[in-house]
Amino acid sequence: MIVGERKSVTEILEMTKGYDRIFVAGCGTCVTVCLAGGEKEVSVLSSLLKINGKKQGHEVKVVEGTIERQCEREWVGEMKDKVRDAEAVLSMACGIGVQLVAEMYPEKPVLPALNTTLMGFPTQHAIWLENCRACGDCILHLTGGICPVTRCAKQLMNGPCGGSQNGKCEVDSQTDCAWALIYYKLKAMDRLDWMSKIQPPKRWDIAGHSGPRKTVKEEEVVP
Amino acid sequence: MKAGSNLEKILEKGQFAVTCECGPPKSASGDVIRQKAKMIKGKVDAANITDNQAAIVRLSSFAAATILMQAGIEPVMQVTARDRNRLAIQSDLLGASAVGIRDVLLLTGDHQKLGNHPEAKGVFDLDSIQMIDMARRMRDERKFQNGEQMDVPPKLFIGAAENPLAEPAEYRVPRLEKKVVAGADFIQTQGVFDIERFEKWMAAVRAKGLHKKVHIIGGVVPLKSLGAAKFVNDKVLGMTVPDSLFERMKKASDAKAEGVKIAVETIEALRKIEGVQGVHIMAIEWEEKVPEIVEKAGLLPRPAV
Amino acid sequence: MAAEAVAAVKKGTEADASFQPRIVAFCCNFCAYAAADLAGSMRLNYPPNARVIRLPCSGKIEILYLLRAIEDGADGVMVMGCLDGDCHFLNGNYRAKKRVAAAKKLLEEVGIEPERVEMYNLSSAMASKFAEMIADMTEKVRRLGPSPLGTGVAK
Repeated sequence: MIVGERKSVTEILEMTKGYDRIFVAGCGTCVTVCLAGGEKEVSVLSSLLKINGKKQGHEVKVVEGTIERQCEREWVGEMKDKVRDAEAVLSMACGIGVQLVAEMYPEKPVLPALNTTLMGFPTQHAIWLENCRACGDCILHLTGGICPVTRCAKQLMNGPCGGSQNGKCEVDSQTDCAWALIYYKLKAMDRLDWMSKIQPPKRWDIAGHSGPRKTVKEEEVVP
Repeated sequence: MKAGSNLEKILEKGQFAVTCECGPPKSASGDVIRQKAKMIKGKVDAANITDNQAAIVRLSSFAAATILMQAGIEPVMQVTARDRNRLAIQSDLLGASAVGIRDVLLLTGDHQKLGNHPEAKGVFDLDSIQMIDMARRMRDERKFQNGEQMDVPPKLFIGAAENPLAEPAEYRVPRLEKKVVAGADFIQTQGVFDIERFEKWMAAVRAKGLHKKVHIIGGVVPLKSLGAAKFVNDKVLGMTVPDSLFERMKKASDAKAEGVKIAVETIEALRKIEGVQGVHIMAIEWEEKVPEIVEKAGLLPRPAV
Repeated sequence: MAAEAVAAVKKGTEADASFQPRIVAFCCNFCAYAAADLAGSMRLNYPPNARVIRLPCSGKIEILYLLRAIEDGADGVMVMGCLDGDCHFLNGNYRAKKRVAAAKKLLEEVGIEPERVEMYNLSSAMASKFAEMIADMTEKVRRLGPSPLGTGVAK
């Protein structure tokens, strides 16, 4: 899933300064599951905005609303009444949702309440680990299901660097060395032969280094 | 001869090579390099110019290598994949060859997070093995990484680094083999303190016959003080100082002299290991000790080839 | 600024004895709520400022409950859970402790004294402790003065 975390309240207050009617828009998909921007978090942030307003001595009208997905036009379209009545939309979706809301309501300031941090799964309740960078050329079938593009700090393709110690990464002793994980996994699977071959340079052009990528499912596109 | 460098000639003749490390300054002072050159002239066969060593910005390795060459010492220009993409690396290799730099050491590089600009974007377009492969193709096949042909290929003696003590331990030799297949002509290892573990690694290297395919140069790090030993042990990636050496440094009345003694003993021990063809002395900001160490190890005068 | 600082110091030292803070006490059913019951049976005296809300476990507390209480004019909020290691649901009181800490941080960011929200731990047998805790929080909040969002003196 896409994982995010709320910006500091101080930063949010700074960006909402001057707006007295704010629509706090949650998203019911990824950011709900990662406890960052669902209905509950919308209520907490709304309460904070109201407390802050009252403390300053003026009432801030805060409207809460969480839709199923802020990354799809159909759902975002349903927000139109709440958006119309507000001076600004404070979106608690990931960066994708914020951009779609901004695109669909061009006359409104749309403010990001979250920082989108990573794509990954939880390793335990409330801790998420980055697992995928959407590099556009998956090799997980070769690496024992562990992604070196995401989990190796140097994005190496030919095994661990000289900084791999005790199965940990040189950048952070709390982080697993991806290549150590891959090595032992492949060893257990009797597939180490792959690691003895020289892997050619990766195509970074399709990994997002050539502007926004576009995915088209041709047969479904109607003119 | 692939590149015809001094280092290549010595290694190809089977003589025991001596290289050292020469760190460029954190400033625009070419004089620092000239000074270091004076200290080591005639005492080593070539000197490595590090490339933003430990991810700390320094005078560029290309420029420093050129200055060193002008001062009469053969440079081994280090190139990391951390700060350059495939365009920049190829361009630097062509440029280096054009000005007469022959020896290069191609490394992935310490991660930028560990250096003095931790917020930098790391490049890592290629890894060290891909870099070596690319450099070999440039030299032998006159091909750029994309397959395009070039008129005048670079003359390069291609080096790679290896840390015998990194992990997983059992993968280190297979990884070395990859570097050899990719095209490494010589290997400089990380500093050796634990001779026993290094010998084990060399035995595995010999078992695969790699010592006959690539020139292996063992790394030696002279310890300036007990504090330096601690620093190397705790802060330098992939180096561990055994307790016995800590004890010696602690007990020594003259720590510097003890450090030199340990370095000389290490060189002597490395010379005895089958397949080790030279030593690489990394006297970090202590280059003035290199001549003394080389002399005490009985490696002077350096052969003229 | 200086005047504000002086006022703050004054507020911190000289509590206005006539100020009757409104305090919301979220009480775990297994400890604080039972202790409150016992305190009643024992005819213990404690300030009448706390409104008790029963929770099935202190771990049921949500940051939102704490914020809403403040938003609606409470001068102080207490979360009262079991002693460390004694939660009937294993770690509900630890959860509560972390959420209280998080709520304090949030309140600080919107300019509300974090001391207006506190976590207390006790057992069901600690009736006099319960009374002391209520008195303690009442006094603490009295020293802080009325919440800037407060609706005034409790009747």
